[in-house]
Amino acid sequence: MNGIHDMGGMQGMGPVPHETDEPVFHAEWEGRVFAINAALRAMCMWNLDTWRYQIESLAPVDYLRLTYYERWLRINEELVAKHGLLAGAAKAVPALTAAAAAQRLGRGVPSSDDPAVKPVFAVGEHVRARNINPIGHTRLPRYARGKVGVIARDHGVYAFPDTNAHLEGEHRQHVYSVRFAARELWGEQASEKDSVYIDMWDDYLERA
Amino acid sequence: MAHDHDHQVVPSDPALRVKALESLLVEKGLVDPAALDVLVDTFENKVGPRHGARVVARAWADPEYKKRLLEDAPMAIAELGYTSGQGEHMVVLENTPEVHNLVVCTLCSCYPWPVLGLPPVWYKSAAYRSRAVIDPRGVLREFGTSVGDDVEVRVWDSTAELRYIVLPERPVGTENLTEEDLAAMVTRNAMVGVSKL
Repeated sequence: MNGIHDMGGMQGMGPVPHETDEPVFHAEWEGRVFAINAALRAMCMWNLDTWRYQIESLAPVDYLRLTYYERWLRINEELVAKHGLLAGAAKAVPALTAAAAAQRLGRGVPSSDDPAVKPVFAVGEHVRARNINPIGHTRLPRYARGKVGVIARDHGVYAFPDTNAHLEGEHRQHVYSVRFAARELWGEQASEKDSVYIDMWDDYLERA
Repeated sequence: MAHDHDHQVVPSDPALRVKALESLLVEKGLVDPAALDVLVDTFENKVGPRHGARVVARAWADPEYKKRLLEDAPMAIAELGYTSGQGEHMVVLENTPEVHNLVVCTLCSCYPWPVLGLPPVWYKSAAYRSRAVIDPRGVLREFGTSVGDDVEVRVWDSTAELRYIVLPERPVGTENLTEEDLAAMVTRNAMVGVSKL
């Protein structure tokens, strides 16, 4: 979705805020909502891509107005409602226990090593980021679409967010760091020395 | 905080809403408050940039470790005992006199939790996310970091499940310091690439 979350290259957002001796959480409720979010995620009723799409689907004005953890609070309220967790329709999934919470921090994205899935592109190859504008979830930022880069590194195999977010299958494929010259992205105002590396799935790319 | 909630069905104060959400989920048996305590404590007190600083110091002190770290960061970082979610696929980027690396997540807030903890507000801000890719040198100047025109700036946009950490250049005159002293010099901002040491 061409949403407000896709911020790369936008202007007018002002200077980067600075805070000295910043606490991890600025209020007790922030830590609480962070933990509730993690505990609910551990129940695997939604995946990380679904979760991200929920945030991206906030109205743009809300996305900008809410603080980071206010967004987390809002979407957890929404996901809990959407899945009927408080309506008695809750699945019989056991709650995350304290012992499991201490251990499960190692859990996450499955291994990126899968020899059965072949890469479409090779390191050093010139590629163009496809000009796609899906209404659903995507991790292909707008500022890269249509631009030409070079495959810098193959990171192995990962679920494809554009389908995984909508429970249309993982469609696991290779992810690469693709190097784009800053001038390819931004024109003459960028330094000719600089570049931006963007992680991209096979399906975001075509040969250039 | 003298809000009048009489006309509202749902309280607007996030603190009240979080309390309400937590008690409803606990009542349904979907969340165990003790698990929440563990999660908060972990990220408030146990995981944080001190972990990353130890990784950096070890890489400075031990060339063999540095080699492993650059080749297979998750394995090398696990050697020091750090593993957790949001860090399965960490990649270490080495700063040199010729190359300066800067890490951002333009789409959300992806960050290497096991070695840096949770991201600071500035990393998650619209200003940083929008500008790091189009104006990295301007952002660096705002952080008081000067990078010469002859130096290549590489910005890494964390759009997938890779999590990037910068290996800063070792400051000159630190040859005789212990690994512990070295670790004390390493800052979070240097490991994101907005500062040098």
